[in-house]
Amino acid sequence: MSALTADAPEAASSTAGPKAGSAPPRSIRRKNTALGLLAWVCGLLFVLPIAWMVLTSLHSESDAATNPPSLAAPLTLDGYRAFFDAGGGAGPWPALANSLMASVFSTLFVLVLALPAAYALSIRPVRKWRDVLFFFLSTKMLPIVAGLLPIYLFAKNTSFLDNIWLLVILYTSMNLPIAVWMMQSFLAEVPPALIEAAQIDGARLPTVLSRVVAPVAAPGIAATALICFIFSWNEMLFARVLTGVVAQTAPVFLTGFITSQGLFLAKVCAASLVISLPVLAAGFAAQDKLVQGLSLGAVK
Amino acid sequence: MSTPTTTAPGAHDRKRPPATQAAAAPKGPPNRLRGWVTRAPLLPALVFLIIVTQLPFAATLVVSFFDWNALYPEARSFGGFANYQEVLSDPALRDSVVTTAVLTAVVVLVSLVLGLLLALLLDRSFRGRGVVRTLLIAPFLLVPVAAALLWKHVLYNPEYGLFNGVLSWLFGDDAPQPEWVAEMPLGAVEMALIWQWTPFMMLILLAGLQSRPADSIEAARIDGAGAWQIFRYLTLPHLRRYLELGALLGSIYIVQNFDAVFTITSGGLGTANLPYTIYQTFYQGHEYGLASAAGVLVVIGSLVIATLALRVVSSLFREEVRA
Repeated sequence: MSALTADAPEAASSTAGPKAGSAPPRSIRRKNTALGLLAWVCGLLFVLPIAWMVLTSLHSESDAATNPPSLAAPLTLDGYRAFFDAGGGAGPWPALANSLMASVFSTLFVLVLALPAAYALSIRPVRKWRDVLFFFLSTKMLPIVAGLLPIYLFAKNTSFLDNIWLLVILYTSMNLPIAVWMMQSFLAEVPPALIEAAQIDGARLPTVLSRVVAPVAAPGIAATALICFIFSWNEMLFARVLTGVVAQTAPVFLTGFITSQGLFLAKVCAASLVISLPVLAAGFAAQDKLVQGLSLGAVK
Repeated sequence: MSTPTTTAPGAHDRKRPPATQAAAAPKGPPNRLRGWVTRAPLLPALVFLIIVTQLPFAATLVVSFFDWNALYPEARSFGGFANYQEVLSDPALRDSVVTTAVLTAVVVLVSLVLGLLLALLLDRSFRGRGVVRTLLIAPFLLVPVAAALLWKHVLYNPEYGLFNGVLSWLFGDDAPQPEWVAEMPLGAVEMALIWQWTPFMMLILLAGLQSRPADSIEAARIDGAGAWQIFRYLTLPHLRRYLELGALLGSIYIVQNFDAVFTITSGGLGTANLPYTIYQTFYQGHEYGLASAAGVLVVIGSLVIATLALRVVSSLFREEVRA
């Protein structure tokens, strides 16, 4: 495994090392090689559980549940087939569709609400804008679980229990504070001179926003959207309490596997991987912005 | 706070154009109107957040003073602080307070230290650094329930899990085959969470390392400082605010952790933290008043963390403005 990945193409980042400055003495170079190797070992160690999950998902159930583990067992897609056929009916598709719907719509709502707010807090700041910003953040620091009961009671007494739109609204409120923070910091990076120049040229607000602000802030806005999507996709407590059969989301579908026994190991792995796939893809695509966003724009 | 605008490149002061300052000093009705025009874009987000987050909290506070079990709705009555007394004197609930504190502290501290070591390793250039970084991020990107299932079934399972499999690989048929979750339930939850959160800490600290001013390190090196001295007196002080940020953001999320506890142990064997206990108290026990009182206590605890967190974030802010 390690030999395989160590040879993987990585030319892009390998040129910087030994060439920088005057050639370092051999002892330092050897130490650098050793530390690089150590980093590789750590990286592989951390990804090993996931790699093992991938391998297990590709084994037949009987090969998956062996001790000691078998590396040479034949590969099969039976685990994935079993997962998608689960329950004989529609399988996991409704749950995946619900998750997609809750994540996409709440992300859209967040953007619609957060963009004007971020504009008011960065480009044309209101008075005491910092206090307002802190209020937004403070709502994020109150634990979800402490507001869950009234929301549950409300849903039960209206028609909102097991309704995906309730999740959309809750996920919007869950992600809105973070989005306002992130976008505030991204919009603040738009050079004021650029905006002033456009205004002097006679551009009105909508033009300034669409021609000057949006292009500069676009990568940041995209990163914000990705993070909101990831958090909504991952959420389980709200979904668990407030949905049932109709509006069940993918993570709740996964909880069905909590007590499953050894016979379905490959299926559990296949299910976990399929449901994690959107988040893994989104996260890898936005690695750098992800850090900046998760640290609320404080780390640049 | 209202630092006068200088030519310094502080991101947050640059965008205080003269127009805003005029709006900020009300001089009669037209200006007040303009103040509202400036404020208007904020209102939808503010109103939405207050309705969806603050109202339920207020309702929780009210319910916490009632003796209210959903199975006996007609017996609902005002109970004053009785629920709080019960929460604080019930050993199970008290234990979950301790569990929450221990779980959060252990996971945050261990993942911070591991994250720091990994960040230091990744801060130097070596072949395939980008690939290693991507590998390290993967655990953080797995859906939390999926990650918890992975640890519970694929790694910890005593009969066919990877851990015991490796043990019998190495030591043959006589290999010890521990029941990981049964023997160290809280440790099992902590391990899984540390695995997921170390990458997050690593990413923040790596960003911190890469924002280190290179010239002062170069100067120190020329003055003959060793690697440890540079780390202790230059790197660590520079990283301080990144370490604080990682610790506080980590705490905010891990105090609230539900997925790992729910999935790996279902709150059994002394691993029930407060979110899990509250969930159980109202969702399965139907004790609405009691659950709400516990919820209010969680909020009070979180407020302490939040105050600290906000102080850290605002100090970050001030430094940025001064920069």
